[in-house]
Amino acid sequence: MTWFRKPKRKLQAGERRELPTDVFEKCPQCAEILYRARLAQNLYVCPVCGRHLRIQAEDYLRFLLDDGDFDEHDAELRSADPLGFFDLKPYPQRLEAAERKTGRGDAVITGAGRLDGIPVYIAVMDFEFIGGSMGSVVGEKIARLGRRALEHRRPLIVVSASGGARMMEGILSLMQLAKTSAVLAQLHEAGVPYISILTDPTTGGVTASYGMLGDVHLAEPGALIGFAGPRVIEQTIKQELPEGFQRAEFLLEHGMVDRITDRRELKATVAQLLRHMLGLPAAVPAGDGETVEPEESAPPPPDEGAASQQRRKGERGEAAD
Amino acid sequence: MSATPLRFEQDIAELERQIERLQVLAQQQGLDVAAELSVLERKLDDLKRETYRRLSAVERVALARHPKRPYTLDYIALAFSDFVELHGDRAYRDDEAIVGGWARLDGRTLMVIGHQKGRDMKENLRRNFGMPHPEGYRKALRLMQLAEKFRHPIVTLIDTPGAYPGIGAEERGQAEAIARNLREMARLRTPIVAAVIGEGGSGGALALGVADRILMLENAIYSVISPEGCAAILWKTPAARDQAAEALKLTATDLAGLGIVDEVIAEPTGGAHAEPEDAARRLREALLRHLDELSTLDPAELRQRRWAKYEGMGAYRVAGRGSR
Repeated sequence: MTWFRKPKRKLQAGERRELPTDVFEKCPQCAEILYRARLAQNLYVCPVCGRHLRIQAEDYLRFLLDDGDFDEHDAELRSADPLGFFDLKPYPQRLEAAERKTGRGDAVITGAGRLDGIPVYIAVMDFEFIGGSMGSVVGEKIARLGRRALEHRRPLIVVSASGGARMMEGILSLMQLAKTSAVLAQLHEAGVPYISILTDPTTGGVTASYGMLGDVHLAEPGALIGFAGPRVIEQTIKQELPEGFQRAEFLLEHGMVDRITDRRELKATVAQLLRHMLGLPAAVPAGDGETVEPEESAPPPPDEGAASQQRRKGERGEAAD
Repeated sequence: MSATPLRFEQDIAELERQIERLQVLAQQQGLDVAAELSVLERKLDDLKRETYRRLSAVERVALARHPKRPYTLDYIALAFSDFVELHGDRAYRDDEAIVGGWARLDGRTLMVIGHQKGRDMKENLRRNFGMPHPEGYRKALRLMQLAEKFRHPIVTLIDTPGAYPGIGAEERGQAEAIARNLREMARLRTPIVAAVIGEGGSGGALALGVADRILMLENAIYSVISPEGCAAILWKTPAARDQAAEALKLTATDLAGLGIVDEVIAEPTGGAHAEPEDAARRLREALLRHLDELSTLDPAELRQRRWAKYEGMGAYRVAGRGSR
């Protein structure tokens, strides 16, 4: 009976309380005050409304990989500022500031670990580093990781969060789209699984390359995913964008992602998908994650794959997949 | 001369008018002005050469976008023969911002695909100012795979402000369409030569741009973002457009210097629009030369080299050490 329901009262701007940010956090969606330790336990998903708060790159590694064990690769790569780019400040200054802020050399961490016992190569992007933009370092790290996945026939997982290509590296950053896609082309032909996980936000050059080239695309609920940014579109078409435009649910509806996956289900979902694609038995319920120990986990490629290329040298192959 | 000359074209236009007036005068009054004429003509030549040699980045941008500049269909008419246009992505519609079909270069069949801008408002509405929707990239990929099927090479002509930032383009997955082209172009077992003939606008350009050879006309530009967009984001004012154009290093010579472009094709003095036939002849000659070189490689070798080419793109350093 609605007529004697207590009137809803939202917090007004004037009565906002000062919260000790190390103890509490306010959900940006439902404004619920959340106890931070409990929120962390819940992988920063609001227990009230289900909003997925943005988290750090390391957080993904911690909950996706077994025991959080991660062997980082290529951490020492840095941008070489090939254009000598200078806008309101020099690009090297922006790089230094980003490195101080995030404690890493560029906008992606790459390396190896095990996911539910399956050896994988994994990359996680960091939106805090110059908007998760892709320049030469991001492109090189992803390309190297892809080549290792190819060489060892182990699955590749990329968790994306990016505003797109990094303008300060000009055409070289645009070419990283082609570079990473060229490595994924080889992975694709070799039949090595690649799972693309799209988090909030993933736009621009990253979606127009490895973000949208997964064998499976998983998106976090509510994540903004698109090519052109919503503001650019609004300015171009001079209209307000429809509610929910470019959100994960919109992409699912339009057939661009396979599933929207709750962060708390992400590891189990990725493991289930990999087991299917790799031809491994289903996980034992409540297993200890020690079920598979193959060094090369991907099955041999189908007959039309890369391995048979040499044999068919000069001959025409299949035109498409 | 163009109906709407660019700022740096005005001095040249003025001198051209003087020469014309002198010629008319001479004819009307039967005067011998050969000596004066030759002085003026030499001056005009010098002025043109100097002007076009020293263009700033933003002036190149203006030339690359010049309304009289030859577009894909102009080059197809001037440099190719026996063209049959093919339409549609077989899924949604025909995107007229990209055109393509079978054509011949020096008698040999190939697939030519390019962005197409409109000459007037009516045509631009149809062609969306050369800004493709996803179905444009998908049509292009269909045609490329058709070329591969019959073992014919592919030539792409790049000339777009960029992908179209609109609702439909997002709904139908333009990111996926561009990404797929990048991956599939990397896999094609047939030679691909891409030439940037005007504007190489970011992802929308790259979607036709994964190739064994990347050529660029002298006054073309190729960039990750337009100078206007870059100025708005990094300088937070459109007034910084000229600085952004310089900083982005988007001219053909810049790109050759960065190792991205394999050959810069010189344009006639005054730009490609001043002498389209001459520009087309130069383009044709360069395309043929690269196609000839590539025709000697077997598909496996071709793909290996293409992968190595792209995997080598980028500039980074190891912390505490030098760069590569």
